[in-house]
Amino acid sequence: MAICSFLPELLCKFPAIDDGTIRMARKSVDDGFKGFVRSYGNAIDAVVQPLQWFLNYLERVFVGSPWIFVLIIMVAVVYFGSRNVKITIGTALSMVAIGLVGLWNDTMITLAMVTVCTLISIVIGIPIGILMARSDRVQAFVNPALDVMQTMPSFVYLIPVVMIFGIGKVPGLIAVVIYAVPPMIRLTNLGIRLVDKEVLEAADAFGSSAWQKLKNVQMPLALPTIMAGINQTIMMSLAMVVVASMIGVGGLGKNVLQAIANQFFTVGFLNGFALVGIAIIFDRTSQAFGRRLQKHSEVIHG
Amino acid sequence: MASHAIEVKNLYKIFGPRGEDYVDVVKKGMGKAELNEKHGHVLGLQDINILMPGGCITVVMGLSGSGKSTLIRHINRLIDPTAGEVLYDGTDVCKMNENDLRQFRRHKTAMVFQKFALLPHRTVLENTIYGLEIQGIERRESEKRALGWIERVGLKGFENHYPNQLSGGMQQRVGLARALTNDADILLMDEAYSALDPLIRVDMQSVLLDLQKELKKTVVFITHDLDEALRLGDKIAILRDGRVVQQGTGQEIVLSPADDYITAFVKEVNRGRVVHVETIMRPLSGNPEGLPLAAGTVLETAARTMTGAHINTAHVVDADGRPIGAIDLQTIIAAMVTPTSHTDRQAA
Repeated sequence: MAICSFLPELLCKFPAIDDGTIRMARKSVDDGFKGFVRSYGNAIDAVVQPLQWFLNYLERVFVGSPWIFVLIIMVAVVYFGSRNVKITIGTALSMVAIGLVGLWNDTMITLAMVTVCTLISIVIGIPIGILMARSDRVQAFVNPALDVMQTMPSFVYLIPVVMIFGIGKVPGLIAVVIYAVPPMIRLTNLGIRLVDKEVLEAADAFGSSAWQKLKNVQMPLALPTIMAGINQTIMMSLAMVVVASMIGVGGLGKNVLQAIANQFFTVGFLNGFALVGIAIIFDRTSQAFGRRLQKHSEVIHG
Repeated sequence: MASHAIEVKNLYKIFGPRGEDYVDVVKKGMGKAELNEKHGHVLGLQDINILMPGGCITVVMGLSGSGKSTLIRHINRLIDPTAGEVLYDGTDVCKMNENDLRQFRRHKTAMVFQKFALLPHRTVLENTIYGLEIQGIERRESEKRALGWIERVGLKGFENHYPNQLSGGMQQRVGLARALTNDADILLMDEAYSALDPLIRVDMQSVLLDLQKELKKTVVFITHDLDEALRLGDKIAILRDGRVVQQGTGQEIVLSPADDYITAFVKEVNRGRVVHVETIMRPLSGNPEGLPLAAGTVLETAARTMTGAHINTAHVVDADGRPIGAIDLQTIIAAMVTPTSHTDRQAA
């Protein structure tokens, strides 16, 4: 650049730290982490072992049961959750279609995975959301962490996860939960913070303890927002199980991965649509369930 | 000393991060505007001294921003004072620890809110038992008590409705039933009827007066409506800019307003419904004439009775039926139409 001939070099070419230093730093961080994995890897594995058992158990239940039982139970859950005939019929039809194209077992594996991931996200997300709503300081710490979790490309945090846990279901599960838990936390926090101040004041005036306030006022009134969080978490888990298939999670995601590698156009789309199908089932059912919980707000004095 | 009276003493509230630091300058006479301008703190209440007698309705009246809602929140300490005391049966509410305060709120106070503040996800019955549930009273027992109050406030048949299904007036009845079910000595009503339309408001005032006749609770009622204050209040305190401008009975305020501000308020009042006959009667000269009027009768009622009977003179009798003064229609009408201002009084 011509302009650079007038400027000192320092202002023209960015003065990066020299390669040697960066290499050194990188090496020491990498070695440190490897050392950490070597010494604590087994301990960490032991801690997450129950997750592995739970996952395997649920997968066996889903895959091992006769399809007709699973279908009946699913349809029953959808019906009693949503009380909506249209959603129920849609569920039955899409599950039958999935079975007809030979994806029943893979879908069951994915369902087991998504169920576990969603449960874990709820168990982790709601308490953190509550803590965040109670303290601005906690919020100030947690919010940036959630930003990182949501924007950091998932492949990047797969690296340490794989280093610690190796290839398999549990690392996949952890990757999915990292990706899917932020909306749960954020919407729990938001829901509680949006609770009407007057109602909270009334709860205080009647002498509620902090726990009574949480149980009787904050959680029930935040429920619609929390339900939206659960819905988002399910959707994001479903999206993420495909990426998690890269580190050994089976099911529909694995088929998609193989289809990408081999340019199997039809296989890719069939598996993709199966994912879309269960996503829609989950979404409509959880939303209809959430609305049903709010039935008191629908009847309005005329 | 269990008079159930509430005594507010030298109460100051300055909003802002370092409120305590400015109590002294306010005591020395710095006003609300100056404090805000110089130190960025908002003066909520200054030097409040009110005795709220037990078993009576004390009305705190003021326009928005006068600090009346702040004041009522000091009684159950939803707001902490910057300085001063709130005494109830000899205990300073402001010095209670967290646990004592919670017990005090559970057992001694109940509150009714301007915007009702009902729990939308609970039915009328579930809202009504809220206070008892918090106290840990058994469900069957609390439902029994709640049903009684729901019936008393006129909501029988609506027990299983949600607040959203009810009109504003009915929602506030739920708020009242919820507070009464608590069976606390103190009933705090924060602009409880301000959100209701005028007819329903009058109706709810009657409900409160009827209940109070038998309950004899210590009621603190906040309002911005002088008519409401005069109708309900055994005692009225008028606030302006966080300061008590005048306190006394309704008659005292209407007949001798303390300053221009109150005069302006009082001008619009229907004096016929506030002033009692004994206030304007003449001493008895000779035999009592006309029909007897009980002391405590308001002028409007007296005038109606006298015109109904086609007579011009009457006499006032005390509770035992002894004549204590005389009155004629002319005087009554004159007292009903002449607004008194505090300057008149000074000139006189």
